[in-house]
Amino acid sequence: MLRYVSFRLLQGVLVIFLVSITSFAIMQIAPGSPVDIMIGEQQVTQDQIDAINRKWGFDKPWYVQYFTWISNVFTGDFGQSVIRTGVPVRQMIIEAAPVTLRLNFLSLIISVLIAMPIGILAAIKRYSWFDYSSMIGSTLGIALPNYWVGLMLIIVFSLKLGWLPPYGSDSWKSYILPVSVLAAQEMAILARLSRGATSEIMNQDYVTTARAKGLRESVVISRHVFRNALLPVVTILGYRIAFILSGTIVVETVFAWPGIGQLFFNSIDRKDYQVVQAIVLVLATIVVVTNIVTDLVYAYIDPRIRIR
Amino acid sequence: MTEQSTTSSSSLSSPVSALDRAEGHQRSESARIWKRFRRYKPGMAGGIIVVILVFIAIFAPLIAPYSPTEKVGRRGTAPSSEFLLGNDEIGRDVLSRLIYGTRVALIVGIGAMSIALTIGVAIGAMAGFFGNKVDLALSRLIDTLMAFPLLALLITLAALFSPSLFNVVIVIGVTVWASYARVVRADIMSLRERDFVLAARSIGVGNARIIVRHMLPNVVGPIIVLASLDVGSIIILESALSFLGLGIQPPTPSWGGMLAAGRSLMRNAPHIAVAPGIAITITVLAFNLLGDGLRDALDPRQRD
Repeated sequence: MLRYVSFRLLQGVLVIFLVSITSFAIMQIAPGSPVDIMIGEQQVTQDQIDAINRKWGFDKPWYVQYFTWISNVFTGDFGQSVIRTGVPVRQMIIEAAPVTLRLNFLSLIISVLIAMPIGILAAIKRYSWFDYSSMIGSTLGIALPNYWVGLMLIIVFSLKLGWLPPYGSDSWKSYILPVSVLAAQEMAILARLSRGATSEIMNQDYVTTARAKGLRESVVISRHVFRNALLPVVTILGYRIAFILSGTIVVETVFAWPGIGQLFFNSIDRKDYQVVQAIVLVLATIVVVTNIVTDLVYAYIDPRIRIR
Repeated sequence: MTEQSTTSSSSLSSPVSALDRAEGHQRSESARIWKRFRRYKPGMAGGIIVVILVFIAIFAPLIAPYSPTEKVGRRGTAPSSEFLLGNDEIGRDVLSRLIYGTRVALIVGIGAMSIALTIGVAIGAMAGFFGNKVDLALSRLIDTLMAFPLLALLITLAALFSPSLFNVVIVIGVTVWASYARVVRADIMSLRERDFVLAARSIGVGNARIIVRHMLPNVVGPIIVLASLDVGSIIILESALSFLGLGIQPPTPSWGGMLAAGRSLMRNAPHIAVAPGIAITITVLAFNLLGDGLRDALDPRQRD
């Protein structure tokens, strides 16, 4: 186990390093020199330009710049926003993160509570009407573009019926539409994946053995299938994090939800590349860390994984 | 799936063909795949819709009742017998734009998929075949790509390079290849020690030829399935990019862009935003169902 843990951690560190190089490259590829990007529309004196150069080392070769940048990042300094002049990027992210977290946490819980039982039940009752109808729903849900569903919900519930606010995050009512969109999409995929994972368990020899020794089907399901299905089904979640973060970018933009997704898109729109760079780095790091934790939890619970 | 091996001149270099007894078996194998594919009705339906969409894209000028880029009616008028899906925010015919939008969707879907497939298969095959250090390096490359939430990466790249049809195809193509690489890597790795590969190597066949002629034909099935599903997800990504204003630029009709433009008249003319969403859903659904059908048909474990 120790060998697996250290191997996996080492991999993770390497990937985060590569991720940081990629994020660093954003400022380099962006049109205009990094100094121009940081100045934006402001009127600046030569002294201020010199100060920027001193801090980020823009007059030095790129690997020195990378090292300067990553050292600053390690101290929590992602630079300053251009749009909101002088506001540290870190502060913007810290303000937006909880808003995004609330939105996604809520939709994730809802989708798990609904989709996983559906997926497991569909696999147990394979080829029944329940299986067919839930899988038709799931197939349709995967094909629906989430931002379009969002627009349709706004048209119906905000513009036509006037029940719910179309934008913002002011009251509990404003949660309903964006949470529904994110939850619906995640549900469609989770139901399908849980069905797949459970079907695999159903085909295992130990399930056949349990049946062969004369256990009642309900006991086979509850003791042998359900318990074993729960692990792969729950760990699916850990690997879904990158998709979930992708979803939140679009949905937050549609509903003007003041979280990371909207901050990211607005920064792209206004060429505030230091914010973009920071968000890309933070999101990718979250994904890498979540995947490692999922792998380790999986390996801890299921010893077969460790031996590779 | 074993097409390559029957055309191979030496039967020794490819035992699969020896087992297959050439032509006759070949035909029955594809007939069996076709039979299995036909049996799965949703897959058939998906395939038929895809064929129809391709026709619509090719013959768009003949099918579309009006020009996709010219103002032909009053802005935002509701569907009528003259304009079946109504007029958009400028007064253009929504149906005609939808029909021409099929071209953009399929060009991006199939174009970006082909790029992703080429990169993914090449990297996956190298990682799987050479193993060790090559695998270690390439696998970290794959991990790094998978670490970024796809849309964050796509939006950033799309913003850095000026938006055009060509750039959208390239940008999506170079970001979505990880799934191919993973599948091909695992499959090639499992084939590495198989007898027919050792046999090929023992008579002096080079690495490149072993990969291309002997190993890849055995991985074609999963790649085809992945490609079909991929076209669907790429079309969603393209429409999301265009919806955010970073993809195909107006006046070129793209479904995502039409949706975005429809937002301004959402209250009074919701039909502008409804139609392209349905078009995207149907197209993505068709490719996904086709992919599912192909998966069942090409899976050698499936019984007839």
